[in-house]
Amino acid sequence: MNRRTLLNAFLGGSLLATIAAFLYPVVRYILPPKQAEAVQKRIAAAKVGDLAPNSAKIFKFGSSPAILINTQDGKLLSFSAVCTHLTCTVTYQAETGTMYCPCHNGRFDLAGNVISGPPPAPLESYKVEVAGEDIFISKNA
Amino acid sequence: MKPVQLIKTAFLTLVLSGLFFFPRLSFGQKNSCLDCHSKLEGELRAPAEGFAQDIHRQFGLGCKDCHGGNPAQDAEDLAKDKSFKSAPKRAVIPEFCASCHADAAYIRSFNPRLRVDQLSQYWTSRHGQLLKKGDPKVAVCTDCHGVHGIQSAKYPKSLIFPWNIPQTCGRCHANADYMKAYGIPTSQLDDYKQSVHARALFEKKDMSAPACNDCHGNHGAAPPEVKSIASVCRQCHPSTGELFSKSPHKKAFDEIGQSECEVCHGNHKILSPSDDMLGTGKTSVCLECHETGSKGYEAASQLGQILTKAQIRYRQAEDILALAEKKGVEVSEPKFRLQEVTTILVSAKDLTHGLAVEDIRGKVDEGEKILAAVQEAGEKALQEAKFRRTGLLIATIFLALFAAALFLKIRQMGKSSPRA
Amino acid sequence: MNKFGRNFFVYLDERFGIQGFLDFGRKKKVPEHPSSFWYYFGGICLFLAGIQILTGILLLLYYTPSIDSAHESIQFIMSQVKFGWLIRSVHSWTANILIGVVFVHMFSTFFLKAYRKPRELTWITGFLLLLVFLAFGFSGYLLPWNELSFFATRVGTDIAGSLPLVGKWLKTVILGGPSVSRATLSRFFWFHIALLPLAAALIIGAHVWLVQMLGMSKPIGIDESKVKEISFFPDFLYKDALGWTLILILIGVLCVFLPWEVGKKADPFGATPMGIKPEWYFTFMFTTLKLLPSRILFIEGEKLAILVFLAAGLLWMLAPYLDRRASQEKPSPVFSAVGFFVCLYIVVMTILTYTVRGL
Repeated sequence: MNRRTLLNAFLGGSLLATIAAFLYPVVRYILPPKQAEAVQKRIAAAKVGDLAPNSAKIFKFGSSPAILINTQDGKLLSFSAVCTHLTCTVTYQAETGTMYCPCHNGRFDLAGNVISGPPPAPLESYKVEVAGEDIFISKNA
Repeated sequence: MKPVQLIKTAFLTLVLSGLFFFPRLSFGQKNSCLDCHSKLEGELRAPAEGFAQDIHRQFGLGCKDCHGGNPAQDAEDLAKDKSFKSAPKRAVIPEFCASCHADAAYIRSFNPRLRVDQLSQYWTSRHGQLLKKGDPKVAVCTDCHGVHGIQSAKYPKSLIFPWNIPQTCGRCHANADYMKAYGIPTSQLDDYKQSVHARALFEKKDMSAPACNDCHGNHGAAPPEVKSIASVCRQCHPSTGELFSKSPHKKAFDEIGQSECEVCHGNHKILSPSDDMLGTGKTSVCLECHETGSKGYEAASQLGQILTKAQIRYRQAEDILALAEKKGVEVSEPKFRLQEVTTILVSAKDLTHGLAVEDIRGKVDEGEKILAAVQEAGEKALQEAKFRRTGLLIATIFLALFAAALFLKIRQMGKSSPRA
Repeated sequence: MNKFGRNFFVYLDERFGIQGFLDFGRKKKVPEHPSSFWYYFGGICLFLAGIQILTGILLLLYYTPSIDSAHESIQFIMSQVKFGWLIRSVHSWTANILIGVVFVHMFSTFFLKAYRKPRELTWITGFLLLLVFLAFGFSGYLLPWNELSFFATRVGTDIAGSLPLVGKWLKTVILGGPSVSRATLSRFFWFHIALLPLAAALIIGAHVWLVQMLGMSKPIGIDESKVKEISFFPDFLYKDALGWTLILILIGVLCVFLPWEVGKKADPFGATPMGIKPEWYFTFMFTTLKLLPSRILFIEGEKLAILVFLAAGLLWMLAPYLDRRASQEKPSPVFSAVGFFVCLYIVVMTILTYTVRGL
């Protein structure tokens, strides 16, 4: 094997190695990742019947807490549970039928509006859909 | 008279009467007070200048409505007629203002929601009490509200807009010379400015944060008594207050006549509470009452340990995510989860007021679970960073080898092909 | 093995007629002289454009061009997709490097007067390609729909909108409406993956064809005895490949140590962040507009500057026809001086953007 052939082999070999080093990430990229969707836009927060009337549940929506309320008359409502004052998590007070933030006494009605206390803005409301047994929550358009 | 002429006359009479008999409608009428005073200098000019912004003017009131006189007359002796009241003395200013502001029916015609009890409140305040005794140095209406340029408390330029109130009170209360005779401290404004409440009010522009009047009262301003300090704080911190009331401290504090919140947190210089306030370290507030070895000491020690450990674990998780991010790995999802832990830890620290160690331990454990997941995510991110660097090294080596091969090939071709 | 290769080649050649291309390639010669180093930059532009096409097609697999999910899809690519961080960072870094190299290529051909007869159209198609790639950069920058890109787009299109007569219309056509919106994202996406690639393909086709037909331009008055000729295939191509390999290493290092950030999702109702500026390759124009007084004589400073830039661009594009001396193969120091000052202006204004406070 003369020098010329050796050099050609070296050239070809390193080229193939480089191509492989490039194909590997491209192939892995194209293969679908574990989490299929980019954004979890709609989640099942609870099952029908989980919540008694005039009670609520806190669940995770995206990366922040949200609240699902079953009102006295059996209506399902859902809001962001992040208090607009200093981001504490609000709770549902059955006695008053309002959402209450224990940090500084903020209070919200069942439309998400501020009725007393320091919060400067209302709670964002979410869309509630019942599909069979599940209660789905998604953002309003 | 013909009917048309009759109607015209009636109309004119009506209009002219309106102008003469309804001073409140006299927005554009002649005001000799302003005309003269705006030509003067210094102190005498100030009222004319300031009055343009005054809230009383917006309601159609003028110089005459407080000072009397006849603004239609240009000559000074005619303008300052029998009804003229010049600037009232300090001692009678409260009653002067209250001559309208304590008249419910009168004020209702301007602003039905405005309170009319300011004067009666004022007499209960320290300012009012000292004024009655003849002290002219205390605050009267004009000291806080201004005069001739009075603005509604809703406007940011007003002396009594929430974020201006500390400065307004501080004009006297922070002036050591002025306050010398009263024997009370003058450090309140400086102390307040270092507090979390001041930071919330001045920096975060949170209008719900307390200024002087929220704890001391507006017109009935007086320092709250020992028993009422807790109620004052509970206005905004009800959950903490509830926890405290359920704790063994409540009975103990009541028995020894201590003021609940103030003992540990101070009154004006209320700082962001730190974990060092618990435990058995030098800055522990617990040790101010509880001796070494006592039950209280044990509880303090336990609480301190639980929270310190939680803080350390939190810091660890925070650091590992920061490191991974510096190395270029995307960690916004675990960072969000870390924020959840912050909320849990704040809640746990709140629970310390209830002194139920097991409750607090439970809360911290909730956070611990999330921290474990965050830590794992952080470690995975560091591994990913390492993987990337290794991958880069391998790819670079292959590329470098390829480059070397090319270089040698080029050199070889250069040698073998003859120069043109 | 070799026989199989030979047979396979003959099979294809009988149908595709490949031999003709290879013969042309073998005959093609590239001159070598002290300034021939600058020849590589055209090929580097092409190479980097190829990387953009490849990584762009890959990004298309996971990117969604709607304001509800564009930002989230970039987040997804950077954190969930295997090597997504790499593909995206390569695309973002290479875009910037490509535009930089296009400028180098443009100035090197300008100083070497390669635009002179018969290569006038090569210069003009090249200038058009500069505009096309700047448009690629501008449209692509919006696609992640983050705070910086949203406001940079707004600032940039506001400037377009201030052109006299056509400004308002032009801005509406570019944005798909009166302001940066959902429609803008779809439109910019269309520009970026359909309209501009088509334009680029056609113009690059013309540009490369011209280069092949006319060969490489040599500096005016060069001593022919000093010029060596090497064959394009494979000699020059190996040298090209060496340059490309080194650039790939650079890109790899940049992407691992300085991956492109995802940023904060754009909030159209939010406040404009302080110190918002367009991407670096637009900053020389942006800073000029910022530093000019608001009125010069009776014309608004900004409008005057834009018109001057348009006029300057037009003159620059017409350089082959304006530079008489070069077309006569005579040295043209005036044009070299003009080129030097243009280059200096761009460099200085770009640096000023990042060093002067309050811009």
